[in-house]
Amino acid sequence: MPVTTIDGHQITVDTEGFMTDYAEWDEPLGASLAAQIGIALSDQHWEAIRFLRKDFAVKGETPTLRRVSVVGAIPTKTLFQLFPQKPAKKMAYIAGLPKPHGCV
Amino acid sequence: MTTTTTPQAAPFVPSFDDVQTGRTLAIICSKGTLDMAYPGLILANAALGEGVETHLFFTFWGLDMINKKTMGDLQMTMLGNTATHMPQGLGGLPGMTAMATSRMKKSIAELDVPEIPDFLEQIVASGGHLWACRMSADMNHLTKDDLYDDVEAIISASDFIDKTEGAQLLFI
Repeated sequence: MPVTTIDGHQITVDTEGFMTDYAEWDEPLGASLAAQIGIALSDQHWEAIRFLRKDFAVKGETPTLRRVSVVGAIPTKTLFQLFPQKPAKKMAYIAGLPKPHGCV
Repeated sequence: MTTTTTPQAAPFVPSFDDVQTGRTLAIICSKGTLDMAYPGLILANAALGEGVETHLFFTFWGLDMINKKTMGDLQMTMLGNTATHMPQGLGGLPGMTAMATSRMKKSIAELDVPEIPDFLEQIVASGGHLWACRMSADMNHLTKDDLYDDVEAIISASDFIDKTEGAQLLFI
């Protein structure tokens, strides 16, 4: 697995750059990851990111966009505004999780 | 800390291709069975999640997917569908279509995939565009009031072709 350094944090990533070790992540790193993809995290962003982290810890997989909206109670429209274009992948990246693999 | 002071190369970050590629996908939904309604919706949803502008055109039986009276009640039949791998004669027995439909709905729900009306709502919330076919609406004497509220308009085939200039196209 490749290792990369972001803002002084050394992290293990997959071939696309997504983090592979749940335990290597903390919130300051999340903010650095977000900055790398041009997103400044507001409280609303954090609400989504914290849901992803919590849900992954329980379910063992990254929640899909549908799950974030239905279970995490953040409307789909809002997710597209917060994380433009590719919300599911961007949220997963910032939360230090693998890309979601569900189709919906 | 800035990356210029570290000996490492630039940080390795996934490419999200934020530059607008102008990619557009047009999906023509022409079937009104439950099993043929899902492929178009799943692909539309996936495309929207990848930042692709997506238009769905509902024509012929596909109009059932956006007709308020039928959209929540699409059916799946074994008849003429050899992919069920059941004797075809069984499919004609009373109650078999209802059974096949409820089985399919159950397996879809188990995957947390929404029913048709909820799925359309999600697609619209993700920025997708829904269009109804003029000729199909006229044949069935339907007006915009009979259709799902988020359908943008009833348009002619030529208008749809016009709207989706340069798009990649799927006919389902």
